[in-house]
Amino acid sequence: MRSKVVLARLVRNRQARYGSIALLLLVLLAYVGPFFGQYEWTDKDFMAFLSPPSADHWWGTTTIGQDMYAITLRGMQKSIIIGLLTALIATTLAAIVGAFAGYFGGWVDRVLMWGVDLLLVLPSFLIIAIVSPRLKNASWLWFVVLLAVFAWMITSRVVRSMTLSLREREYVQAARYMGIPQWKIIFRHVVPNLSSLLIIDATLNVSGAVIGEAALSFFGFGIQPPDVSLGTLIAEGARNATGYPWLFVFPSGMLVALVLSINLIGDGLRDALDPGSNT
Amino acid sequence: MSPILEVNDLTVTFPGGIQAVRGVSYQVSRGEVLGIVGESGSGKSVTSLAVMGLLPKNAVISGSVRLHGRELLGMDEDELVRVRGKAISMIFQDPLSAFTPVYTIGDQLAEAVRIHQKVGKDKAFKRAIELLDLVGIPHPTVRAKAFPHEFSGGMRQRAMIAMAIANDPDLLICDEPTTALDVTIQAQILDVLKTAQRETGAGIVMITHDLGVIAGMADRVLVMYAGRPVEEGRVDDIYYRPRMPYTMGLLASIPRVDGAEGPLVPIEGAPPSPKNLPPGCPFAPRCPMRIDACEQEEPPLVTIGDGRHVACIRSREIEHKNLSSTDVYPVPVIPPSDIQRVPREQRAKVLELDNLVRHYPLMKGAVFKRRVGTVHAVDGISFDIVEGETLALVGESGCGKTTTLQQIMQLEPPQDGRIVVLGKDSAKLDKASRKALRRDLQIVFQDPMAALDPRMPVGDIVAEPLRAHGQKNVSAKVVELLELVGLAAEHAERYPQHFSGGQRQRIGIARALALEPKVLVLDEPVSALDVSIQAGVINLLEELKNRLGLSYLFVAHDLAVVRHLADRVAVMYLGRIAEIGTVENVYDRPAHPYTQALLSAIPLPDPEMERTRKRIILEGDLPSPADPPSGCRFRTRCPKFARLSEHERRRCVEEEPVVIKLANAVDHGAACHYAEEIEVIPASDDLEEK
Ligand code: SF4
Ligand code: SF4
Repeated sequence: MRSKVVLARLVRNRQARYGSIALLLLVLLAYVGPFFGQYEWTDKDFMAFLSPPSADHWWGTTTIGQDMYAITLRGMQKSIIIGLLTALIATTLAAIVGAFAGYFGGWVDRVLMWGVDLLLVLPSFLIIAIVSPRLKNASWLWFVVLLAVFAWMITSRVVRSMTLSLREREYVQAARYMGIPQWKIIFRHVVPNLSSLLIIDATLNVSGAVIGEAALSFFGFGIQPPDVSLGTLIAEGARNATGYPWLFVFPSGMLVALVLSINLIGDGLRDALDPGSNT
Repeated sequence: MSPILEVNDLTVTFPGGIQAVRGVSYQVSRGEVLGIVGESGSGKSVTSLAVMGLLPKNAVISGSVRLHGRELLGMDEDELVRVRGKAISMIFQDPLSAFTPVYTIGDQLAEAVRIHQKVGKDKAFKRAIELLDLVGIPHPTVRAKAFPHEFSGGMRQRAMIAMAIANDPDLLICDEPTTALDVTIQAQILDVLKTAQRETGAGIVMITHDLGVIAGMADRVLVMYAGRPVEEGRVDDIYYRPRMPYTMGLLASIPRVDGAEGPLVPIEGAPPSPKNLPPGCPFAPRCPMRIDACEQEEPPLVTIGDGRHVACIRSREIEHKNLSSTDVYPVPVIPPSDIQRVPREQRAKVLELDNLVRHYPLMKGAVFKRRVGTVHAVDGISFDIVEGETLALVGESGCGKTTTLQQIMQLEPPQDGRIVVLGKDSAKLDKASRKALRRDLQIVFQDPMAALDPRMPVGDIVAEPLRAHGQKNVSAKVVELLELVGLAAEHAERYPQHFSGGQRQRIGIARALALEPKVLVLDEPVSALDVSIQAGVINLLEELKNRLGLSYLFVAHDLAVVRHLADRVAVMYLGRIAEIGTVENVYDRPAHPYTQALLSAIPLPDPEMERTRKRIILEGDLPSPADPPSGCRFRTRCPKFARLSEHERRRCVEEEPVVIKLANAVDHGAACHYAEEIEVIPASDDLEEK
């Protein structure tokens, strides 16, 4: 019943509709767009270094003659997946760890929060720096996991403290008296009542992951040249943003569009889940 | 005599076009008590806030408010404070908000005295002590040096009254002054208010939803509905000869401790939201006397007879034909139950408590917690419930009734004693059988909003217990349940917040009934609801019990509701049972001094009886359950103890009384060494048209 009602509300929600259409278009652009360009992302046009957007190179070229259109889209393919996946993993982890710690209390709480605090004080950058060379040849999906693992702790602390008050609510008590298993109560009554927070957290995590990945790539971990991501492109383009704006504008424009569409979907989802809003 | 306060055509509109008050007029003279009654959202509190000038800036106020002939609306702030401060005082529901936590009560009282009177500090403090003495605070000299948080709720309310009368005001506005208090404390406070009025000769505006309180206090009554007065008149006229269907319904829908039998008469539906009022009479959607003309325009408040005003186009007809509420409202028929014909001894026991004990450690210290004592929340109580029976557990806050209920619901082994549900001892249950037993033992909570997950559609809420116990095709059952409690199938897709309080409680009941339990625990199921809605839920509970053969354990503090719903009643005091027996026995012939005080403290919605009634007023507050008195726990407040001889008292101090069956009763026991049955509620024979 709940999923049906929420889905119906989601479909009726205008923000969610526009957001999903935008995201769909972006995904289409990233994966289908390259077939329409004249250049492959691996091609280098030695006749045109740093040329501004033109009929030949729609979005201009880079210092080494790569076609901006081709490599931006190539970067986007990576970044969309990295962003969405990281956000999904980080927020889910935060919700589960925080809710379990808050709901059960006692030793479960102490062990989980000890883990959270440990991860918080460890310099995450250092860990990533140590681990990622070993992952060089592994799938880059490991990199997503790594990014996610360091992005959920603060949220999980917030989730925990909110759960502390939620678990005293009468409807949670009612569920307990009904004989519903504890873990089910957490997923059915606690987490949905945290959904506003979690959705905001997830949308923030998307942009955080894309940018964070760029920072790591800059130091030589993560996405390595010649492969690209939106993050690496933006980092590179930012240096020459005034002189050669197309290097910066297109990748960052794509990132903004991506984040905006995710935000719209997030807002729509939040409204659909929140019975208080009338959409 | 010229009135102190004159309110004329007062309207208050909040941003967004919410008309909270739509034309209220009244006058109050010296020494007069005006009662304003209405349900939540009727605009009764907003009216008085507007009079006091305490509304937020964005509220648009029009009309006129005259104090001793001077217009208060539109007066500038400083002048208002000067004019109003001395002449009008206000008493709120929550006394804690009236005091600053960091100053002593005495200082704050002295301060209040000094603002409007030019007296020295010492003199002001002396006056503060006098005031505390006047409102009945024991040892006022010592207590004046205490801080607000060191006072109990009842004491704080007294201190607030002391503060309010510090400057001999001409008018006291009391906004639900006793709603948050227990009945015995409420009786004390109402007594103090009467004293205060006698001392100061002030007029009082008493705002409350409790028709019993008004009956005992007021000279005139103003009934409000949807932001407007719908009936006004002398208290006897309103109570005995109501001329407006809403007032009639309100009076017919309250359960009474003096035990008028038969089902309550509920008013259908809920009050309209101030955002979209119906075009005609605001009561029209719920009115059983509605005719087409009612919906055309809002009936004005017209004068009928001496000082009476009614806003209903059919009031003359009601007057003429002398209609009573039972003529106007359809009286619901509740089918009788078969099981009740079987004698109690032959029915199976569904719930049995044997000497149940629950103590909590009392901890102190933030970092290193150490145990400093034991809270005797429940200290050895026993009772049983048989099939098709309702046992009510009553008592004031802190008496342990909620703890008892939690102990039962948890189905865990108790600290001491036994809990037996449907023949199964809770100490001997394994996980699977505990879960199985939960099917038969369900609960309805007090606050219908808090008890329903706000993020779950109603259909899921009702289906949850079904799914938890492994039923697959639930949708048909959900519809059936919703219809059983008087809701519609299409309500399943909405969220709890789209429902009114009464409807939400019905959802809670539907959920509790989903697994077809045998025992239903009701934790104050109607205390959060408005009077007109309460009756419908009470009737529903009664009907369900009869139809489905349920047994109820009903926890409540409202003895009137208990009388209506319960077959037997157990009165609790400080974790022990003081008196237990059938409702008739306990209510008509209470034997324990506490029960007697409790029953006599309940205000009756009947002005005549209220005036002639003698109250047994208890001294002081409930002792802390961490340190109960030796021997009889009630002895510190027992009026009977005070009358006993030295020799007789020794027994109360040394020996703890146990519940003993009274000599000539079948089902009636009291825990008092000197129990004797007396009658404290005047017998009512004819309620209407006395
Ligand atoms: S005016 Fe009509 S609808 Fe309103 S209370 Fe009177 S009879 Fe009922
Ligand atoms: S035992 Fe004594 S103190 Fe206790 S209620 Fe009876 S008379 Fe009062």
